[in-house]
Amino acid sequence: MLAYLVRRLAWGVVTVQGVLLFLFVLFFLLATPDDIARKAVGEKAPQAVLDQWKQNHGYDKPRVWNPAAPADTMLFDHFRRMLSFDFGNSDADDTPIAERLRAGVGPSLAFTLPLFVLEIVFGVGLALFVAFFRDTAIDRTATVLAVLAMSVSTLLYIIGAQYVLGKLLRWFPISGFDPDPSVIARFLALPVIVGLLSGIGSDLRFYRTVFVEESGKDYVRTARAKGCGEGRIMGRHVLRNSLIPILTQVVVQIPFLFTGSLLLESFFGIPGLGSVTVDAINANDFSTLRTMVYIGSLLFVAGQIATDVSYTLADPRVRLG
Amino acid sequence: MLGNCAVAALVLAGLAAALRVGRSPLWRQAGRELRRRRPFALLVVALYAAIALLDSIAWVDHEGGGVHEARSLLVRAFPADFREASYSAPLADVEFYGGAPLRHPGSHWLGTDILGRDVLLQALRGARVALLVGGLTSLISIPLALLFGVAAGYRGGRVDDVVFFVTSTLASMPGLLLLVALVMALGRGPVQVCIALGVTGWVGFARLARGETFKLRELDYVQAARALGVPELRIVLRHVVPNLMHLVVITFVLTFSGLVLSEAVLSWLGLGIDGSWGQMIDQARDELSREPAIWWNLTAASAALFGLILAVNLVGDAVRDILDPRTLRERA
Repeated sequence: MLAYLVRRLAWGVVTVQGVLLFLFVLFFLLATPDDIARKAVGEKAPQAVLDQWKQNHGYDKPRVWNPAAPADTMLFDHFRRMLSFDFGNSDADDTPIAERLRAGVGPSLAFTLPLFVLEIVFGVGLALFVAFFRDTAIDRTATVLAVLAMSVSTLLYIIGAQYVLGKLLRWFPISGFDPDPSVIARFLALPVIVGLLSGIGSDLRFYRTVFVEESGKDYVRTARAKGCGEGRIMGRHVLRNSLIPILTQVVVQIPFLFTGSLLLESFFGIPGLGSVTVDAINANDFSTLRTMVYIGSLLFVAGQIATDVSYTLADPRVRLG
Repeated sequence: MLGNCAVAALVLAGLAAALRVGRSPLWRQAGRELRRRRPFALLVVALYAAIALLDSIAWVDHEGGGVHEARSLLVRAFPADFREASYSAPLADVEFYGGAPLRHPGSHWLGTDILGRDVLLQALRGARVALLVGGLTSLISIPLALLFGVAAGYRGGRVDDVVFFVTSTLASMPGLLLLVALVMALGRGPVQVCIALGVTGWVGFARLARGETFKLRELDYVQAARALGVPELRIVLRHVVPNLMHLVVITFVLTFSGLVLSEAVLSWLGLGIDGSWGQMIDQARDELSREPAIWWNLTAASAALFGLILAVNLVGDAVRDILDPRTLRERA
């Protein structure tokens, strides 16, 4: 197990290097420092202002090859700074990126954690219910509803919920955020509902397929032949044996709870990392965007390893190696 | 111009595929089965495709003076200069704010938008963008995925390692962030958006193609071809790739709706394609908070988007059931 984890970790490090290289190609070679500086200072700014901006933000070094000092290039800087978690300042307003990340993690988690838990509870619960009634009218109706729910754009869910539940019925504030524990739930209710709605269709279909497939297996027939009740079969045997595909789906999402949700956070005014990213996009803040992609890939690698470890916990037959 | 060329290439590729399908009895059987199972959804998809094609054929009129823009067959189906000054409600006789008389009273079935354009026409024109997004992106990503996937699966060894490195690198970046980063680095525009969607989207299918190729290359007829001295490239093209075609079709249909929905998200970030339903929805967000609210723009764009995605999803499920023998075995 330890040897396997070390190997996985080493491979993860290689992957992250690949991501950094990709980001360098994207943000230093495809979109050149001149493009980035031009967007920051405006079309009409004189060349001197542009050069000054490039110098201030570290975009004035040779990009890949510096014969005088091979280590003094943007390529080298990019790798060194990212790998040592020294993210520097935002291209847009010169605030330290690390500070923004710290400020955004809390609100993001406050929103994504309840959504994550509720999504699993609703998704798995509904799917178990539907799989219990497989090949009946309930099952067919639920499958049709799931396809309908999947076909609606998240944008429409957001706009519709804000309009109907927020503006017309006045049940929830349309958007906003307040970390005070007594009112935070009021603000988070609407985005969580929208998140649940937009995810429930595909979740229900996925989990239903897993459960239906599992309940066709021999041990289920054996359990039924022994007189085990259907509810007990679904709740105990089928659910327990479906844990591997469920974990595959779920564990990999856990690290991304930290980075929040781009769409929902910015629509509902939650000042999390999703909003930070959207602000960076709107402000052409390339350094923040780079950092977010890098952190995202780190979290993904962590999630993959966590998934593998969770298999061994869920199913003692799984041995990593 | 580039967009039109892309659409033309798309149509040609589609025709080529259709000709192929027409020749092979197995594909024809699958087509019949699909028509039997999902007649209505297929019809809806065909309708959207027809509208998109009508909007793709455009030319410039030169009579009269001044500068003219190219107008498509779809635009020509509506009265000439079918515009008002600003908002008007569906089938209204007067403007929504102010109540000035309209130039075409009672003829805008879905009203007009802020610039006075007919919403029905705008919604119909979105079909072209949607099909461009789904089609052009697939034309970029599927060949890419086939190339890498088949190379990795067939060659194995070093090639496999490199492909694995590339795919896991791309897969480890969060999808939406990678998409945004690509569009921002490549610049805004329809082709750029399709390239970005293609680059983010090919990894999944490449892995599938790799696994399938890996299985196929061990099969007897491939081994026999190799023993007979058939060149490797010919084996791949004659014996491996045709046996992946059902996966190509399934992937194309199943990823189509995701691509169109991704474009809607990009539109909301201001990185989308002009004239898409995503842009209409994005714009309608502010209109809903006006008093009284402008609802027809949002409704038209959302309904058009929903209709296409639903039809494609239904067709996609049926296509997978018909073409993928694994699913069939599980059902039996």
